[in-house]
Amino acid sequence: MSTHAEAPMVGLTHGGSEDTGLGHRGPESKSIVVPYGFWLFVLSDMIIFSALFASYATLVHATDGGPTTNELFDRTLVAIETGALLLSSFVCGLAMITAKRGNMVWTQIWLVLTGLLGVVFLSIELFEFGKMISEGAGPQRSAFLSSFFTLVGCHGAHVTAGLLWLGTMMAQIWAKGFQPHILRRLLCFSVFWHALDIIWVAIFTIVYLIGTLPA
Amino acid sequence: MIENDPETRNVAPGTPHDSMLSETVSYVIGLALAVILTAVSFWVASTSALWGPGVATGLVVLAIAQMGIHLVFFLHITSGPDNTNNVLALAFGVLIVFLVMIGTIWIMGHMNANMGPEPNMMNMQMQRG
Repeated sequence: MSTHAEAPMVGLTHGGSEDTGLGHRGPESKSIVVPYGFWLFVLSDMIIFSALFASYATLVHATDGGPTTNELFDRTLVAIETGALLLSSFVCGLAMITAKRGNMVWTQIWLVLTGLLGVVFLSIELFEFGKMISEGAGPQRSAFLSSFFTLVGCHGAHVTAGLLWLGTMMAQIWAKGFQPHILRRLLCFSVFWHALDIIWVAIFTIVYLIGTLPA
Repeated sequence: MIENDPETRNVAPGTPHDSMLSETVSYVIGLALAVILTAVSFWVASTSALWGPGVATGLVVLAIAQMGIHLVFFLHITSGPDNTNNVLALAFGVLIVFLVMIGTIWIMGHMNANMGPEPNMMNMQMQRG
C-alpha cells in the first residue's frame, strides 16, 4: 500500500515534489505517536525538576542557623540508593527485551526485580527522611530544608508512582498478554523509569556529593 | 514489527533495536559506563588529591556525561534520521532546563549579593556556613 499519493496544494507544501525521502506522509502509527507524546511529557517533567533544582541551588545556604548539607547527608546510603536505582533501570531494559519477544516468565522476573530494586531505593530514602525529621531537620526547619524535601521528595513521589504503574503493567501483561497496546504502555513505563534515573544522577551529584564536599 | 516495515522510518524513544544479543550488549555497555562514571563521581568527591575549587565543576561534568550515557544506551536516542523528532524534542527540553537553572542561579545570586547586610534582615536572607 503506497503512501506516496499526490499531496494537495495547500499550505507550505509544493505539490508532489516535497517528499524528502526521509519519511512517509500522514500521521505515524500509534507505536510511534504514543511513546513520542510520552517522551514530550517526560521532558516537561524534567523542566519541572529544573525549577526545583534552581530553587534548591538558590536556597542551599539559607540554613537559618540550622543543620547544613555537610552535617545531614550520608554518602554511603546515597551510594546504595544510586546503585539500586541504576540496576533497576538496567533490569527494566532487560524486561523490555524479553517483552518484545513475548517471553512471559522472564519479563515478569525482570519486572519484579525492577520493582524490588525500586523498593530498596525508596525504603532508604524514607529512612533518611525519617531520620532527618526525627533530628529536628524537617522541611519546616529552614528554607534550605524546605527546598531539599521538595526536590528529593518530588523524585521519590515519582518513583512511588512508577512502582504503582509497574505493578499495574505486570498485572496487565499477565492478564492480557503481549498485545500491541500493552507493549506500548510498557515502553512508556520504561521511558519513565529511565528518566527517573537520569534525574537521580543530577540529585546525587548536586545535592549529595557537592553538598558534602569539604568546605 | 517496526523494523520490517520500510515505510516506518521513525522510532519511538526507548525502542530497542535489532537482535536480542545487540540489545542486551547495549544495555550492558550502558550499565558498565554508568557504574564507572558513578564510581568516579564518588571518588572525586572524597579524594583530596584534586584541586579543591575545581571538584564541583568536575562533578557536574561527570553527571552530564552520565546523563548522556543513559540517553544513548537506555533510551536509545541516536543521531540517526529515524531519531530526529526525539532529538529535537530533547534539544528543546535541554534549552529550557538550562535557561531555568542558569538564569535562576545567576539572577538570584546577584540579588543576594546586592542585599545589604542589615542585621535584623539576616534571618530572611542567605546565611553562609
